[in-house]
Amino acid sequence: MTEWIISILLLIGGSFVLVGSIGLVKMPDFFMRLHGPTKATTLGMASLLTAAMVFFSTAQSGLSVKEILISIFLLLTAPISGYMLIKSAIHHKLDSIERTQGKDNIEDDV
Amino acid sequence: MRLDTRFKWLPTPILSLLLFFVWLLLNNSVSAGHLVLATILALVIPWITSPFRTKQPLVIKPWLAFRHLLLVLYDIITANVQVAILILGPNKKLTPGFVKVPLDLTHSMPITILASTVSLTPGTVSAEVYPWRECFTEGEKPKQRFLLIHVLNLKDEQALIDTIKERYEAPLKEIFQC
Repeated sequence: MTEWIISILLLIGGSFVLVGSIGLVKMPDFFMRLHGPTKATTLGMASLLTAAMVFFSTAQSGLSVKEILISIFLLLTAPISGYMLIKSAIHHKLDSIERTQGKDNIEDDV
Repeated sequence: MRLDTRFKWLPTPILSLLLFFVWLLLNNSVSAGHLVLATILALVIPWITSPFRTKQPLVIKPWLAFRHLLLVLYDIITANVQVAILILGPNKKLTPGFVKVPLDLTHSMPITILASTVSLTPGTVSAEVYPWRECFTEGEKPKQRFLLIHVLNLKDEQALIDTIKERYEAPLKEIFQC
């Protein structure tokens, strides 16, 4: 039974991380590429870590909860790295694709 | 907005609580010794380091903050599924766009939290806060600030702005009372 839970969690996590990476390759411009890794991977990593938690809790004696910490820190840092990347992209005036709306909302650096 | 706690020896209650649980999680145990050590660390570290840190607004409504956290976690899960569907679908259908969201929040800490939740929730990544802090002069009334976000699939700009303001900004205003 626990093996089933672990494998299903691993599969869900793996597929979300895979989708995030596909997004990174497939999207046409930098700003759209950023959406995959900042979001799809957080849930992916969370379920992979839950799988690890279930596995180590059943395989060894006693609960293993360190993985919760990793999830918390991932949740805290994922938006920050995304923000740093998009900020530097705007600073370097990277081109977004033609049909992007509201480009004039970007203000020039002082 | 309140910056100081009622007790001088407990400058940051939430951080202390977090420190307490992080220590227990790191050691993976709830034995008496670790409970005592965690309590001491949770009280002493914020107390020693508080002169180094800039004072941040306190969470005034912890229960509301907890409920908001659960809502955001739920939104993260739905966001992941939605973005996965958008990514796997055809590229040509996507209509990306930049949107400026006017902010009611003034302090940088709630704005940071708002920007992070926006980054983690459906199809949006926060990009920039306007105007830059350097634009302010001392004593001047703070200008209206905007949050620039990039949207993966922009359909209705006004609806999106309203959702962000109602769903994420209003609870934050309530939590920090600012």
